[in-house]
Amino acid sequence: MNTADQYLKTIYVVQDSEDGPASTGSIADSLGVSPASANEMIGKLEERGLAEHEKYKGVTLTDDGIVRARDALQTYCIIERFLANVLAVEDFQAEARELEAVIDDTVAERLDTIIDRQPECPDCFDPESDACACLEVAAAPVEPEQQ
Amino acid sequence: MSVSQRVASDDQLARLLQIGIVLEEVVEARTHRHYQQLDAELDEEVETLLADAAEESADHRERLEALIEGLGVDSVPFDEIESLVDARYGRTRPEDFDDVLYDQLCNEETAYKFYDDLIEAIEDSEATFSIDREELIATLTTIRDEEAEGVREVTEVMERR
Repeated sequence: MNTADQYLKTIYVVQDSEDGPASTGSIADSLGVSPASANEMIGKLEERGLAEHEKYKGVTLTDDGIVRARDALQTYCIIERFLANVLAVEDFQAEARELEAVIDDTVAERLDTIIDRQPECPDCFDPESDACACLEVAAAPVEPEQQ
Repeated sequence: MSVSQRVASDDQLARLLQIGIVLEEVVEARTHRHYQQLDAELDEEVETLLADAAEESADHRERLEALIEGLGVDSVPFDEIESLVDARYGRTRPEDFDDVLYDQLCNEETAYKFYDDLIEAIEDSEATFSIDREELIATLTTIRDEEAEGVREVTEVMERR
């Protein structure tokens, strides 16, 4: 996932929680970057037809932006679920945030074949916990079922 | 949230290498399932291709494990990952598997992409790791190039059919 995808995912989640355009401040806060950096990337997303920025209102994703944002969110959920349920990583949210930039969608798709993701993903994403609401965290790696 | 595409620490590097191990294990497990399900249909060329791919994945996995060991980071025991992946594919119905060659192509391409991104992320990083950086990049580059060779081999077999 590249930096643009991380922004799209964040804008999507912020838009959803604010029930309207995402303010630049909220986007910058969520990503832990300066408002100036956020503005620069939002400009690039606008140029690519993925977002629209209206002064004093905020950022709204276009239809294309929404599709890419949902894909990015899904990739993030796959990484989280993989870390939590396969590698039994306790702080899977923090690690997923660190790793998402390095894990490509095609790699995530492969990891997806060994996890139990729910069909409603990524709509089940809960911004409060920064994780899938259906995710059950295993205390240890999941034991294989007897066949 | 960090928006850098760099590998910043031993722990993060170890985690990415673990993901590489899982990907290699997935290749081995899928290859094994193809063997079991397509036994009668496999011709010699495809059989050799699958056998070589499984052997190469096992070799890559061992090299990745050696790197993790050098980092001194606790890793998930391989047999746990192996049994999990085996159990997962054991439950997959035959019709849910792609065509054997197409599946193999996806395996090789995914692995190539993973190692290529990982090498780039390490090269972009100024972090100091517990293992020699040159050796780390050299090992990953060798593995990546073998995956690229694998893509070429599968593509050639596909084109001949």
